[in-house]
Amino acid sequence: MGNKQTIFTQEQLDAYQDCTFFTRKEILRLFHRYRDLAPQLVPLDYSDKPAVTLPYQLIGSMPELKDNPFRQRIAEVFSEHGDGNMTLDDFLDMFSVLSEMAPRDLKAYYAFKIYDFNNDDYICKSDLEKTVNKLTRNELTPEEVSLACEKVIYEADADNDGKLSLADFQQMILRAPDFL
Amino acid sequence: GSQQNRASRRKNYQRKNRDGKKAREEGSQQKDRGKTTSTKDQKESKNKEKKTTKRGKEGENKQKKDRKNSTSSTSSNSSDEESLSEEELAMLKEQVEQKKKLISTMRNKPWRMVKKLSVLREAQDFVEKFEGALGKGKGKKLYAYKMMMAKKWVKFKRDFENFKTQCIPWEMKIKEVESHFGSSVASYFIFLRWMYGVNLVLFGLIFGLVIIPEVLMGMPYGSLPRKTVPRDEQATAMDFSVLWDFEGYIKYSALFYGYYNNQRTIGWLKYRLPMAYFMVGISIFGYSLMVVIRSMARNANESTADGDDDNFIFSWKMFTSWDYLIGNPETADNKFASITTSFKESIVDEQESNKDENIHLRRFLRVLANVLIICCLCGSGYLIYFVVKRSQTFSKMQNVGWYERNEVEIVMSLLGMFCPPLFETIAALENYHPRIGLKWQLGRIFALFLGNLYTFLLALMDDVNEKLAEEDVVKNITHWTLLGHQNSSAGNDSTVTPPPLDPADVPRGPCWETTVGIEFVRLTVSDILVTYITILVGDFIRACFVRFVNYCWCWDLEAGFPSYAEFDISGNVLGLVFNQGMIWMGSFYAPGLVGINVLRLLTSMYFQCWAVMSSNVPHARVFKASKSNNFYMGLLLLILFLSLLPVAYTIMSLPPSFDCGPFSGKKRMYDVIQETIELDFPLFVAKIFSYVANPGLIIPAILLMVLTIYYLNAVSKAYQRANAELRKKMQMQREEEKNKRNNKASTNPMLQDLEDLLTPSTKTESPPKQAEDKKIESPNGTSPVRKPGRGEVPAGSPMAGGRGAAFTPPAPVFVTQPRTLGLRAPYPGQPRPWGHPLGPVPGRGRGQPCY
Repeated sequence: MGNKQTIFTQEQLDAYQDCTFFTRKEILRLFHRYRDLAPQLVPLDYSDKPAVTLPYQLIGSMPELKDNPFRQRIAEVFSEHGDGNMTLDDFLDMFSVLSEMAPRDLKAYYAFKIYDFNNDDYICKSDLEKTVNKLTRNELTPEEVSLACEKVIYEADADNDGKLSLADFQQMILRAPDFL
Repeated sequence: GSQQNRASRRKNYQRKNRDGKKAREEGSQQKDRGKTTSTKDQKESKNKEKKTTKRGKEGENKQKKDRKNSTSSTSSNSSDEESLSEEELAMLKEQVEQKKKLISTMRNKPWRMVKKLSVLREAQDFVEKFEGALGKGKGKKLYAYKMMMAKKWVKFKRDFENFKTQCIPWEMKIKEVESHFGSSVASYFIFLRWMYGVNLVLFGLIFGLVIIPEVLMGMPYGSLPRKTVPRDEQATAMDFSVLWDFEGYIKYSALFYGYYNNQRTIGWLKYRLPMAYFMVGISIFGYSLMVVIRSMARNANESTADGDDDNFIFSWKMFTSWDYLIGNPETADNKFASITTSFKESIVDEQESNKDENIHLRRFLRVLANVLIICCLCGSGYLIYFVVKRSQTFSKMQNVGWYERNEVEIVMSLLGMFCPPLFETIAALENYHPRIGLKWQLGRIFALFLGNLYTFLLALMDDVNEKLAEEDVVKNITHWTLLGHQNSSAGNDSTVTPPPLDPADVPRGPCWETTVGIEFVRLTVSDILVTYITILVGDFIRACFVRFVNYCWCWDLEAGFPSYAEFDISGNVLGLVFNQGMIWMGSFYAPGLVGINVLRLLTSMYFQCWAVMSSNVPHARVFKASKSNNFYMGLLLLILFLSLLPVAYTIMSLPPSFDCGPFSGKKRMYDVIQETIELDFPLFVAKIFSYVANPGLIIPAILLMVLTIYYLNAVSKAYQRANAELRKKMQMQREEEKNKRNNKASTNPMLQDLEDLLTPSTKTESPPKQAEDKKIESPNGTSPVRKPGRGEVPAGSPMAGGRGAAFTPPAPVFVTQPRTLGLRAPYPGQPRPWGHPLGPVPGRGRGQPCY
């Protein structure tokens, strides 16, 4: 194998491979993707772990996220301080979870975080409304939105506290045929 | 003291939990906790030692450890008998093991990368440090060696994994398509790639075991009548128009069955070619069956979810409708629109679920659509039969035009081209969900193709029978010609051996096998051409036209009538499956067909990727592929089986041609096996074989298999029923719970206050007991943590210290009842009778997907 890359040390690469679902090549490719967002900010040598963060504006402009209605939430959930600005570690984390190798329950956990807009560890009605509006680009009337949200809570809320806990959410979503 | 320690560790565990432990691990830990009760005494005795070795490590895997303690310590006791303190050693070993487990599951932890990295490093250091200290004495060297090998093995596995992913072809291409068109279009390309892999293997088999040996070691071209172009065809044998029809030199090449010689062994290797030909023909089917079934089983295992559950219509719509793979604004727009529509639809459905006046109309329309489609199918079947019959009369005539010669292929391709859109138009009447609609569409086109194929086969069979009759006549002629030739030369001069008759002059039979092979090859090639031309004209030219003529046209071409083409998933998938069926059927009589198919798949990968990216637009109703994959596989399996039938029939019941092919001169093709057994194996093998082939043995064997299938089927049905029952129970429980909650909602706060007051005095004894009982009652490790009672304070909320803190500090109180403590900590709140279901709760976490 060509050991020509000097971006990471071998230990770093191994550690990243242990911590993500990626292979060595994919990690390097992701690094280059990360670096291409802001070549002037990101150094080519990561062996001494420079503390570089990229602002959300750059992360959100990636083609993978650009058209995603939840891009801001995704960035916030995966960023270290919840502000959408990402270090390389956060970046790798995000792609690892979103990759197809990640197990469904890990995805479910993060999906819950993403849909939990106000970070209170429950998906409550306001979260649901936001979700619907983002999904439909505000094309539903408020009555329709609230009806849909009520239906969701009625369907998925197992302990009947008017909001979805992580357990409710997981039980619901892990059985969904479409949940990838 | 130790209890205190443990309680704090529990809390630690909970904090971890709050950090986001996943349901699976929780599940396993809960399970382990169930076992804790049994190993409790053992544990108590070891607690002291444990404390000495523990360096305040996080206790998150504590339960695991407890369990392991009981198992691993016994085993290590035997091996490390003489070591200093085996208890310590066992502990250490176990910790190392546990760290290793942690390392291997690190990627599944929902932690921040920084934390993952630091924990990983810590664990690795720990393993590094203590691994060497383990296994003192005799076992040390072995242990160290084992460790080293394990490390190397891990490294090798990782490298291999890296290598493997690098070897997957077209990954980027498919990802690109996926981002533009969503996962359903990409699923077609993944299927295409899989197909390519399978065909490569088949190609390797045929090419390596049949074609190459024959070309290298068999008799060269021109040495035998079957390997020579007949005299009257030689003038035109190299013309392109003749070659294009796979006549002339191509017909007498190794691409077709007729070329092969019936010599039992060839070359200095004594390669048994007829045997190899037969075995390869069988193993192609065997391998394909195995691969298809294996990948079907894998898919079935992966999809634990069964989408027939309609409890969560809205929830699923809300949380899973977005396709996270979309990376193209146009697709995203479509997706937004389709999500909005689907929301509106289901809202309307919800509002009008009571009204069912539409149902009759819809039913009527669906029946009508099916009737129309059946008419189409019958019509196309008849058309093909008619055309094939006509082509047989054409083939007897001498000078027929190009159209007459290729009429069958043209008609079949045209039907394949025009019927699917027709079906799609008819299917619009039915108004199904696109995913269900896709399946119907696939099923119908499949029926069309299959009908066409089988009509074609029947007509071909007629042809073959005619040829067989003709062959008898030719056989005599050939015999007499050869005899006459010998006689004439012998009459002239009896001492000189007669010059052999030139192979080109020998009269020969029609060789129906090659005819069948040629039909299949022609069909395949014309199918390839039609597909490519359709793509070129229907997609590319149309896209160019729409794009460039739009500037000077009176209406908007892009949005209006012609617009751009969509990628037709169902048609393409079925085309692929159908094509594969033809390959399977034809490969026995035309070994070169698989090579053609490999080329076809390879080019079509590039060509279609390009066409899709350049000239197609995403579907108006984008939907995800999810489970269609197994559906494709099902179709493939069906067509594999159906293409196995005619081949098996011809092998078993038609006599091979007398003067061409590897089985010439035998009564039946499978005689080659008997011959090999008789001549190449010792006598007792032949005896055994004759016993095994006895119907008296085969029929009981088949019976046994049928019974086994019946039994397994019954068992799986029973499981399914149990599953359904459990699901129903769960549903009922949920409803019940809800009702209870609703009723108690008003009285609850008061009750809570009351219980709060009672807590310090009463709780020491009874509630934990109660909890433990419950624990035992739910053997599957239904987790109270995962399903918190209502009174329980969420672990992550700011109230965590509230009631939970009210009883954790007076730990010394509990010293008298250490047994209950293990179960105490997970319940910071009071256990409530309705807090957690008593029965097993399926579908939680992935530890227990089904029962």
